Amino acid sequence: MKKVKTIKVDIDKCNGCRACEMICSAFHATPKYSSNNPEKSKIRVLFDPIKDIYVPVYAGGYTEAECNGWDIYTIDGKEYDECAFCRASCPSRDLFTDPDSGLPLQCDMCLDDPPQDEPLCVKWCHADALTYEEREEEGEEAKKKPDEMEVGLQSLVKNHGAKKVMESLAKLKQEKD
Amino acid sequence: MRYAETGYNLEIDLTRKNIEKVATDPRDTELYLGGLGTSAKVLWDRVTPEIKPFSEENLLIFSAGLLCGTPAVGCNRTIVSTISPQTELMAYSMMGGFFAPELKYAGYDKVIIRGKSKKLVYLWIHNDKVEIRDASHLKGKGTVETAELIKKEINDPKAHVAAIGLAGENKVYYASVEQGRSSASRGGIGAVMGDKGLKAIVVRGKKDINIARPGEYIELCDEVLNYIKFREENPIQGVPPILAGLGSPQEMKIHDEKWHTENFTWGNARERRKDFWTEEVAAKWSESMDKVQTRLLSCYNCPMQCGASINVPGISTYMMKCYSKLTYTMAAFSDLDFGFKIVQRATEYGVDGFTTPQVMAFALELYEAGILTDKDMPGMPSDSEGRFYWLLDKIVNREGIGDILANGTYWAAKKIGNGAQAYAHNNIKKHEQLPLKLGMLHPLYFVMYCTGEKMNITQIEGNFPQSPFATQEDKEAFVKDWFQVPDDKFKQYLLDWEMRGEKSIPNYPTPQMTSEIVDWQERMHYIDDSLGMCAGLSSFPLKPPYHMHNYPKFISAATGMDMDEDKLTQAARRNRTLIRAFNIRRGMSRKDEKPPEDHWRKRFPELEKELLDTYYAFRGWNEDGVPTKEYLHELDMDYVSQDLEQRGLLK
Repeated sequence: MKKVKTIKVDIDKCNGCRACEMICSAFHATPKYSSNNPEKSKIRVLFDPIKDIYVPVYAGGYTEAECNGWDIYTIDGKEYDECAFCRASCPSRDLFTDPDSGLPLQCDMCLDDPPQDEPLCVKWCHADALTYEEREEEGEEAKKKPDEMEVGLQSLVKNHGAKKVMESLAKLKQEKD
Repeated sequence: MRYAETGYNLEIDLTRKNIEKVATDPRDTELYLGGLGTSAKVLWDRVTPEIKPFSEENLLIFSAGLLCGTPAVGCNRTIVSTISPQTELMAYSMMGGFFAPELKYAGYDKVIIRGKSKKLVYLWIHNDKVEIRDASHLKGKGTVETAELIKKEINDPKAHVAAIGLAGENKVYYASVEQGRSSASRGGIGAVMGDKGLKAIVVRGKKDINIARPGEYIELCDEVLNYIKFREENPIQGVPPILAGLGSPQEMKIHDEKWHTENFTWGNARERRKDFWTEEVAAKWSESMDKVQTRLLSCYNCPMQCGASINVPGISTYMMKCYSKLTYTMAAFSDLDFGFKIVQRATEYGVDGFTTPQVMAFALELYEAGILTDKDMPGMPSDSEGRFYWLLDKIVNREGIGDILANGTYWAAKKIGNGAQAYAHNNIKKHEQLPLKLGMLHPLYFVMYCTGEKMNITQIEGNFPQSPFATQEDKEAFVKDWFQVPDDKFKQYLLDWEMRGEKSIPNYPTPQMTSEIVDWQERMHYIDDSLGMCAGLSSFPLKPPYHMHNYPKFISAATGMDMDEDKLTQAARRNRTLIRAFNIRRGMSRKDEKPPEDHWRKRFPELEKELLDTYYAFRGWNEDGVPTKEYLHELDMDYVSQDLEQRGLLK
């Protein structure tokens, strides 16, 4: 079983205050809380007040490809563009792109140091439009990411074969001793 | 690096089409904080008393507060200031929404506008790129409509638009500036914007706002957020629901309107309907609310829900802020269904929700009295609601009688003559007040009405209860966790305050206590208006999350300046005194400092004189209400006393 972390979004409850954007950008500033800028937030509220549309969306991964054509969804008589629900940082819009570096932004559930009980956008959402949920799902626990040394060694193994690398390491050790 | 503020103002000259980005002096931040304070300093320095509201030299300043754009909960107000066409004194009006934080993220604390454009234009501020753009295609368009059209034109749905409607374009003396769910409505600011040929200011920002001591600051913000939750779960006991919670207030959320409908007057600030709020009315009004409200709305970074999206079938969507739901309804002796409908048109036109209905009710009284006749009102419908729509159209277009009414009740009555002045009965300093007519003189409100530099009491009342609690138990329960008081003596004042007898209004609180309480109430307002904090979380409700004890910490941690309660008090008094001096320089004097004759049935001329004398002396003013040389020196404002001396206003 693996643990899946999700932010549940109830768009009917959103009051459009954008506190989520503010606190996200402040938490992820370096040093922490030293600045804030909603444009750098990993959650954005897409809004169109006259159509009564308020959709908090948190950033997924980066994608190089643009979509071919967009769908229109009609929910409760309101028309939403497919992009309204899309979490990708992509070339067809400037959403989830850091305005200074141009790099894509991605939500990390605030699993930073120090670890938070729940993502801060959830904590600051007084209207409960955002709720945090951890659930168990079938499947493997996600593998721990390899560290820098392992990444380097893996590429040596790939290029020269494991046997050669081991031999070289043994030789190096011998010389050092 | 500057913290909390950006350190830059935008200077726009609409005559010459010149745009400059100007660095500000950090010493001004220490003295005047920001927002209203630093705007008042700019107005003092650059708008001399000869300059008329509609002069090219008059400035129109849109300012973010010092803490706008930082994580401080509910700190989102834009302070708009200029010379009011109605009072010819300083007008300052605040709006919530999103404009001020967005301006800070674009890299500016203020937009200072001078000159006039011959053609209608709008200003598009996009980080370092600032453009004056043609707006001739937006002429006559509604405020909501204008915002939608501009956002499409610039292809940026995240931009925030502050716009005037037809009323501003036609220089109606009570035209507002509308911005989404908020507006800066009082004092005719929209008329000055229209006179400058400026249809809208549009802003979008993508830069950082920096905090000097982040760890400390976020902890303070967390405390505020937690206290808001606590207050929501623990409403104040022994007061009506509308006074029990926080917010500006949350008129869209709260359905119980017994307090407003029975205490405020109907029509042209005339009739009090003490048994109005029956179960039947409550049910009908709740139904009206539920039918048209699609969503409760908040301003930037605020958990309160003071606004709402309103969808009345057959007319376009708009967003309502707190109190306009009642002003038209009550002026027309109508119901909420009418209120929700006419506010849509009024919002598109861009007019003040307090003055406008009163002007219309005033016109109808003149008509009933035969002072205005069918000749003045050709084609006016016979029903009250139809008449309100008819009058609104005439005023905003300045057609016929509307042209006269467009200047407000004071100027209209003067022009109409023939006894009309008696009907313009609810003004202070030529400005329409809340429709309140009460019995016994209230010393606190007497002083606040007389001396308030904002010229009206909307959101001037504050942290000290409006009336005493009925029982000693209630009083004790209230003061038990009343940590917001700047000094414990205020608890005793409240504990001793009685409904009847020796220690009741008008004689208690005594003139000295009254001065102290008023000083506290207005101090909070001047701090809020400089920081950009919504009064609804600070100076307006009982037991707010922001107060004299945590404000200095907020300012220190955000800006890095050393701030304590004494220094902050001094800064608030400095701002209060500067605006007073500005208005004195424009001709305001003690003779103007009086509430409407009929505001209270029971008046006490000697006590009223004592109240004013005591407050003036407490404030450091002479008996004419002019700040003394010594007091100005104490506030580092010798430049003000020199100017007043030169003009012969201070000896």
